[in-house]
Amino acid sequence: MTFRKYLVLAGVTVFAVAGDSMLARGMKQAGGVSVHHLHRLIFAVLNPWVAAGIVLLLAFFASYMNALSWADLTYVMPATSLGYVLLALVAKFALHEQVSPVRWLGIALISGGVTFVAGGPALTSHARDERPFSNRAEDAAQISAGAGS
Amino acid sequence: MRHLYTWSGILVVVSFSVVGDILIARAMKQVGDVHALLRRSGVWTVVGRVLSNTNFFLGVSAMAVAFFSLLFALSWGDVSLVAPAAASLTFIGNAFAAKIFLHEKVDRRRWIAAFLVAAGVALLAG
Repeated sequence: MTFRKYLVLAGVTVFAVAGDSMLARGMKQAGGVSVHHLHRLIFAVLNPWVAAGIVLLLAFFASYMNALSWADLTYVMPATSLGYVLLALVAKFALHEQVSPVRWLGIALISGGVTFVAGGPALTSHARDERPFSNRAEDAAQISAGAGS
Repeated sequence: MRHLYTWSGILVVVSFSVVGDILIARAMKQVGDVHALLRRSGVWTVVGRVLSNTNFFLGVSAMAVAFFSLLFALSWGDVSLVAPAAASLTFIGNAFAAKIFLHEKVDRRRWIAAFLVAAGVALLAG
């Protein structure tokens, strides 16, 4: 694990929670959407909070894909949940909101879970190379070309 | 009736999220380590490989369905129920699916983590 990889995981965490929060706020403003009023979904996307939420979720998705290229899904998933912990801590220390004992227990459980996974290897699924042959051949050619130069 | 709507919504969100996550994870493993690729052959190789991957498009489609189902579910039910329920059930679903379809070694450490995180998320926003 390099510093850049930790940075990518931090991006996954922060962008997910910021995107979700903005989306939730925007959807509350936009009001209820039902199957009979699908056009309201389009107006919902025009809401600035929803739009900003979507942009942040795209940034989350880019970091998420980056992380999945070098780590297991079951390794990356807990990183996204750290965002909830971040949100509760911001609520407590920046916004001075009341955080109930049940919520502190939730924070402890998530942090414990993340510590469990972080202590293990990031990648366990490389036993079998499932990549298309063209990608494998291209990589091998580039590595041998790099070694020759 | 409203509960039925909300929980069906949550179930649809979870199913498509898991399918999307698995397909995207498989696609990115097929693309290869992005950091190594960027260093070796630049950003366009990465973009080209991602955009020529079928699993990527199937995964994005599944995630798009999950996203719009989430919008529906959020407008029917409370955000404090829908968001954590969908998130924590997706954790458990992903752990099972990653073991079966991605051949990840989900050892005791990762099972415990998946359940701790799922329980924590449920408590945090419940």
